[in-house]
Amino acid sequence: MEEIGNLFHGFATVLAFRDMNIFGYTMSIPFNVILMVIGIVLGIIIGILPGLGGANGVAILLPLTFSMQPTSAIILLSCIYWGALFGGAITSILFNIPGEPWSVATTFDGYPMAQQGRAGEALTAAFTSSFVGALFAVILITLIAPLVAGFALQFGAAEKFAVYFLAFASFVGLSKEPPFKTLAAMMIGFALATIGNDQITGQLRLTYGTTELIAGFDFLIAVIGLFGIGEILLTMEEGLSFKGREAKMNLSIVLQTWKKLAKYWWLSLRSCIIGCWMGITPAGATPASFMSYGIAKRISKNGKNFGNGEIEGVVAPETAAHAAGTSALLPMLALGVPGSPTAAVLLGGLLIWNLQPGPMLFVENKEFVWGLIASMYLGNVVGLIIVLTCVPFLAAILRIPFGIIAPIILMFCSVGAYTVNNSFFDVIMMFVFGILGYVLKKCNYPLAPLVLAMVLGDRAEEAFRQALISSNGSLGTFFSNGLVSSIMTLGLIALFWSVISAGIARIRGTNAATAA
Amino acid sequence: MIKPKCNSLFVAAAALGFALGGTAAHAQWEPQRPVEIIVPAGTGGGADQMARAIQGIVAKHNLMKQPLVVINKAGGAGGEGFLDVKNSNGNPHKIIITLSNLFTTPLATDIPFNWKDLTPVAMLALDEFVLWVNADKPYKTVKEFLDAAKKGGFKMAGTGSRQEDQIITVAIEKAAGVKFTYIPYRGGGEVAVQLVGNHADATVNNPIEAVAHWRGGKLRPLCVFDGKPLAYNDKVAGDLAWSSIPTCKSQGLDVEYLMLRGFFMPAGVTPDQVKFYVDLFQKVRATPEWKDLMNNGAFNQTFMTGKEYADWVAKEHDRHLNLMKDAGFLAKK
Amino acid sequence: MSDDRNTAASGPSQRNVEIGLAILIGIFGLTIIGGAIKAGIGWGFDGPQAGFFPFYVGLLVVVASAVTLYQELTATGSKKIFADWGQLKQVLSVAIPTLVYIIMIAFLGIYVSSVALIAYFMLVISSFSYLRTALIAILVPLLTFIVFEKWFLVALPKGPLERMLGY
Repeated sequence: MEEIGNLFHGFATVLAFRDMNIFGYTMSIPFNVILMVIGIVLGIIIGILPGLGGANGVAILLPLTFSMQPTSAIILLSCIYWGALFGGAITSILFNIPGEPWSVATTFDGYPMAQQGRAGEALTAAFTSSFVGALFAVILITLIAPLVAGFALQFGAAEKFAVYFLAFASFVGLSKEPPFKTLAAMMIGFALATIGNDQITGQLRLTYGTTELIAGFDFLIAVIGLFGIGEILLTMEEGLSFKGREAKMNLSIVLQTWKKLAKYWWLSLRSCIIGCWMGITPAGATPASFMSYGIAKRISKNGKNFGNGEIEGVVAPETAAHAAGTSALLPMLALGVPGSPTAAVLLGGLLIWNLQPGPMLFVENKEFVWGLIASMYLGNVVGLIIVLTCVPFLAAILRIPFGIIAPIILMFCSVGAYTVNNSFFDVIMMFVFGILGYVLKKCNYPLAPLVLAMVLGDRAEEAFRQALISSNGSLGTFFSNGLVSSIMTLGLIALFWSVISAGIARIRGTNAATAA
Repeated sequence: MIKPKCNSLFVAAAALGFALGGTAAHAQWEPQRPVEIIVPAGTGGGADQMARAIQGIVAKHNLMKQPLVVINKAGGAGGEGFLDVKNSNGNPHKIIITLSNLFTTPLATDIPFNWKDLTPVAMLALDEFVLWVNADKPYKTVKEFLDAAKKGGFKMAGTGSRQEDQIITVAIEKAAGVKFTYIPYRGGGEVAVQLVGNHADATVNNPIEAVAHWRGGKLRPLCVFDGKPLAYNDKVAGDLAWSSIPTCKSQGLDVEYLMLRGFFMPAGVTPDQVKFYVDLFQKVRATPEWKDLMNNGAFNQTFMTGKEYADWVAKEHDRHLNLMKDAGFLAKK
Repeated sequence: MSDDRNTAASGPSQRNVEIGLAILIGIFGLTIIGGAIKAGIGWGFDGPQAGFFPFYVGLLVVVASAVTLYQELTATGSKKIFADWGQLKQVLSVAIPTLVYIIMIAFLGIYVSSVALIAYFMLVISSFSYLRTALIAILVPLLTFIVFEKWFLVALPKGPLERMLGY
């Protein structure tokens, strides 16, 4: 296999020792490996601090990398990306604050686990799942890159809408809350997503003549408020401390968790496949994580306990998010379409090094591409080792007294809200969302559908309208070919799953009753 | 003023000499804080790429003591970024890179902003537009394409709504008497992929957005919307260079459109401050990295400053007003 | 979650809060409908106009809140309270300082405000010693300043103090 040969050549490039002049001594050091460690540590810091995204780190370091060879530079930058992916789960689990959109689903079970004193277990599960997801995606890229790129081309607007629809359908209908409150929460999310500029007509809508609303509501603002601030208010009501202070603090927790995780191989595999599919299409890591969580909840026999600290509820979204995050680099390299803002900045970097992303990159810059792919393998291994070593320290953060950690969380929430659009208005909105989150939660309105609707709402509407424009307004476009019809059908089944299964249960129930 | 600690004649003389020698340098204003480059568009687009390239070039060649920081404010079709600069009256540590949405956004929406709320600094380049089709399609010339398009039902994919891509589409419709279905997408890269995947029949992508697919044999350029062919003779795709693409006018399609890639500052800054950035961009233009960037994107390298630039912008604004009025793209008051 | 709280302590009733919230959500829905109508809610030849989706979304918000309101108004018998006054006081003791903090950011910048916020929490809400408070309240924002402004060149809101120091 030519790919395997190329890959080993790539490994050799990454692991190569280079003679460097250090303090006047010539030393032979594995330069690229050192860059990798630096990149990952930096990435983890970026992932933890709200307000710094992977895009920041990559953008800031980009100038530094001009003096390096392109391969070394991309290793450093992509490792920041891996580190940030790993780091995003940490605040979700510890404080219920997702630093990145794709970590939202991780909070649903990760945070309850931390509250029960199982922060170490949740972190280990999250990190390991990320690793598995990313590894699966990299193997996929190694083996079938050209094929996969062709698959991505099949996705026009109608297909994209079908994917969003499926992601949404597999997640809704899951909550235990009253149906009309769920509906209200979801529709509030959709409504918030539509505020601002309408991509299709270029008009402003729902801005009511203000200039503050033209940028719309970024869902991170809502999430930081609803989850982060809302949680602090709830904590205050229930007494002064974060729970989970008895968190275990040794590395044996890692091995214990791994034993448990081995049981969930089918869940992992399924999440990997969902993730890769979403990453390549490219719908992205966020729908992938929600969809994977939703499907896991339906299928798992512990489904009813999801949301109360079920380890499967951490494995499913994390695996899928990272499989998606990793496989999203493929459309970028092969087609020049970035799957995320971070990927977009990496793309800018490629252009400055005179590397043209696109189909020719694999032919003309073999060494670079395979060096990058090799660094994905090695970067993830190095990343996993680093984050797992940190698990006890991270879990220990929960031991910091509430009086110290709460204001620091509030500060970072404000920083995070401000940096989304560099807008002070967003910080105020974050506070409003915080109060709203507290009241909604106390009145039994589910927050997850609200957030999901905010994330997927405008994208789904856009794809829907693009598809209708190109079909001259015919709804038949959503069933016009095999690919789009099958995704839509899957979505419809998922949407009415609870009705269908309730129907089956009722028929069985009546039969049983008649029999009795 | 720094006061010499010791009053000896020698120090005074040295200080005097230094002050005299340094007059020219001293009179020149320099940024005291990190300078923000506002990008009124998302990450990964043409303006963003150029801003980040400049950030990199300035850092690599040490052209400025303070760092440059790129900030994306894409909300409201870039309106958010323009309003931010408009509200930073007199702030010399903020510059904004513009694209055609400098004109189109305030016209298509009712955002209270006009280019006159800014101080023009310099035009760094003009971005070209090329008519692309999928390489699998039979039409090899503009005429064949337009003949096929006249049968109707052709889809044109483009970036954004009521912005440059749609303006060009409307101009083609007028000039050739055809009708396209225009489908807006978020970014140029996405648009090019839609064309490769045959979800659209044509695009007017910038060279840099589509070049990779041209080289990969997936797309075919039909003509360039400029008055003269592009000035780059290096072979790009097979035997073809950018200069091999004919102008649209020579092919019987009389449409010309170039997009501004230039910088502005907030109103109320001093001429000294503007001069600093003009000089900075002159230095940037002299670097090899800049030349590579221009080469990759087949940019039109017109450079303008001062009154010449302001006049150009004013003329371009009027042109956009007319184009958008004709197309019915103006905001309903 | 604290829905099963049935203590005898006094506080606003859950029912009243639910009713108020449902009305608030209804008003939000109506606002969205109003904005959508302004943007155009028709179905053009090439698919829906800008206000089409927001209009129906707003309509569903109104419907959902109306049903919830009806359910609350007709439900009888529950004497559950939302939270007792003591708990609400606790919540406000964080919510109000947070609001003050956010307003302070506009004038003093985020770093100086953060010093005040951390000091308030450590001294008033929990009772730490002055020395420890001063140490943490100054070190954390300082470190944040270094990380954001110096390393990552992310500009956060700054006030007169930072300007005096040349930032």
